[in-house]
Formats: sequence, C-alpha cells, structure tokens
Amino acid sequence: MESALAFGLKGLFLGIANIGIGNVIMIMIGSALLYLGIRKGYEPLLLVPIGFGAILVNIPLSEMMAEGGFIRFFYDIGVRTEIFPLLIFLGIGAMTDFQPLLQNPKIILLGAAGQFGIFITLLLALALGFDKLDAVAVAIIGACDGPTAIYVSSKFAPHMLGAVSVAAYSYMSLVPLIQPPIMRALTTEKERQIVMGAGKLEPISKTTKIVFPIAVTIFASILAPKGAPLIGTVMFGNLLRECGVVDRLKSASENEIANIVTLLLGLCIGATMEADKFLKTQTLLILGLGFIAISLDTAVGVLFGKLMCMLTGGKINPLIGAAGISAFPMSARVVQAEGQKYNKKSYLLMHAMSANAGGQIGSVIAAAVMLSVLQGMGIVGG
Amino acid sequence: MELDTWTFGWTLALIGMGGTMLVLWFMSLIILLIRKAFPVKPEKAPAKKG
Repeated sequence: MESALAFGLKGLFLGIANIGIGNVIMIMIGSALLYLGIRKGYEPLLLVPIGFGAILVNIPLSEMMAEGGFIRFFYDIGVRTEIFPLLIFLGIGAMTDFQPLLQNPKIILLGAAGQFGIFITLLLALALGFDKLDAVAVAIIGACDGPTAIYVSSKFAPHMLGAVSVAAYSYMSLVPLIQPPIMRALTTEKERQIVMGAGKLEPISKTTKIVFPIAVTIFASILAPKGAPLIGTVMFGNLLRECGVVDRLKSASENEIANIVTLLLGLCIGATMEADKFLKTQTLLILGLGFIAISLDTAVGVLFGKLMCMLTGGKINPLIGAAGISAFPMSARVVQAEGQKYNKKSYLLMHAMSANAGGQIGSVIAAAVMLSVLQGMGIVGG
Repeated sequence: MELDTWTFGWTLALIGMGGTMLVLWFMSLIILLIRKAFPVKPEKAPAKKG
C-alpha cells in the first residue's frame, strides 16, 4: 500500500521532474504570442492558436505531437498533406474583391515587384549557409502571405514551419510600422505629394468578374503547373464569390471552413515549436531574414513605383508601390495614410487597393513560379 | 541535375523574378482582353406596359 501511494505521488510530479529550461522559455514565448494576439491585436486569429499550441506542446510528457497525439493527428492530415493552407486560400479567394485590379490592370505589375524580396532573401539565406530548400522556405516569408509561407515551408522544410509561420504572421501584423520609414527613405517629398486622379475607373461587367478567376487558373496553372493547387484554390474561392449562384458554398468557404482550418492550422503550427527544435540560432536568423524580406518587398515595390511614375510623366505616386505585397488591405491603408500626411488632397486608397490585390495574386504566382522552377531544376519531384 | 549553391540561387532568383513579372504582365493583358470581350452592357430601359 505504501509503495503504491509512493508511485502514485511520483506520477503526479513526473511533469515537474521532466521540465527543462527549454520548456520554460518556450512556454514564455507561447504566452508572449498570446499577449501580442489578445492585448495588442496582432493577427489574433493566428497568434492566439499558435501561442496556445506552443504552450501545449512544451508541457513535459504531454505528447501532443507524439504518434497518435491530439495535435499530431491534425498535423498529419492537414499540414503534412498541405490541405490546411489550401483551404485557407479557398476562403481568401471567397473574401477578396478583385474589382480594383480589374479596373486598373497595369497596377498588377507592382504586385510582381512586391515579391522581389523573396528572391533577394533567398540569396541572403544561401550566403548565410542555409541549405537550398531551407533557404527557399525562409525566403518565402517575403511573400508576406501566411498560407503561402506555410504551404511552401511544410513542403520543403517542415522542421522550420513554426519559425517561418511566426515570422510571416508577426511581420504582416507589423506592416504599419515596417513600411512607412522605407517609403519615406526612398521617395522625395514632391513624389509623395503626387495626386493620382480618381481617373475614369471603368465599370466591370459581371461576366468579366466570373471569367477572370477561370482564365487566371487556366493560364497561370499552365505556365506554372506546380502552383496549380495554390492558384486554383484562390481562384475557385473567388469564382464562388462572383458567380452569384452558390451563396452557401461561398459563405462556407469564407466562414465555417476558413474558421475551422485557421483554428487547427494555428494549433498545429504552435505545436511544431518544441523547445529542442525552436530554440536554435537558426530561428533568430529566420526571424531576421523574414524582416529583411518584407523590407525588401516594400523597397523594390516603391522603386518600381518610381519607375512607373517616371514612365507616366509623374502620374503615379510611387508610394502605392509599397502596397504591392500580400498584406491586404492593411498595406493599402498604410499607403493612404502616408499619402495624406504629405498632401491632404491625395486619395491613394483605390489605387493602393489595386496594387494590394495585385500583391495577393503576385505572392501566389511567385510561389507557383518558384515551385515550377524547382521542379524544372530537378530539385523537387515532378 | 546537380547544381552548386550559387548557380541554384541565381537561377531561381532571376527566373523567379522574371517569371513572376512576366506571368503578371500577361495576366494584365488577359484582364484587358476579358474586359473587351465582356463589356458592361447599358441597362435596358424598362419596357412600357400596355
């Protein structure tokens, strides 16, 4: 009887006996993510489940990610198979109105320039000694698009999924702090004051809105077949939105499916942040390179905006180039606020929204192109 | 094909940037084409009854 009591008591203290400094640090990091999500409102839909997942997985002997563990189950069926990020894309497509882009298609080029940070960061990551596929996963933070970052890193570097995702979502939420200094540094006051006319924004027919996602899917997927799941899900979601005959499916995509998947995806990402995998110098490098990637996106976007300004004889305010990233519509709002600081008569929002919608498509296309080039080089299987 | 790190990096970076720009430029042309093919039709005046 006495020995049974002793063993029973020992079982109660096993968790305490097995806790290490790594677990404590990671529980604190998980709590910090919860704080940022709940109190500061930084991407709460993702940071709250990620933070809680990070706490859960670092409780000694909880076995959340062991074979058959509670979160491991969802990780295996949703993250390893890449299904969760694709379902999130379906929701994004159903939520996004591409009308500003359809009205002003040349602005889509800013959405391409806003992805250049991905490729420059790739070179930086290689210079820092990351191996090829790890460098691809780090660079994709520059897509400034959580699901794209998760999709690519879970495919090529699942061991870095936690760090890449946390970096992507944290920096996306910090866009209002990261972008303005870069925008000011690369433009003159005269350029920032340029008023872009409301212009003659042509009305867009319903048929155009319906044909757009179908045409983009066919055209872009043929050019970059490896990216077909990414492009296809975004555009299918958008087709559900625009066709007007499947309101229930559209509503499910942008609400129920997106909500359930966001919850499970966040928990799974948090659960990849086990102390022995996360507390490495490499994680700090990933966070640093992620910051550089998003800063470079902004810088190249603004520089491309300057080029367009020059070519159009000063009709384009280069600030809208900063909105060529995927953080929608936050980046467009930052551009509008910045433009207003220098000219109260300047209303850049609609133009910046066009660039921002271009950035959303651009990030998906950049990832698709990247995957197809990797396939072409024989780095990943066909 | 076994590529050294820098050949891999520069190839992916250059084709990646060029390819993204090219695909999106084509996409802007497609949008213009779709808009031309499916313009907004002027609303028909409601038919008079009787």
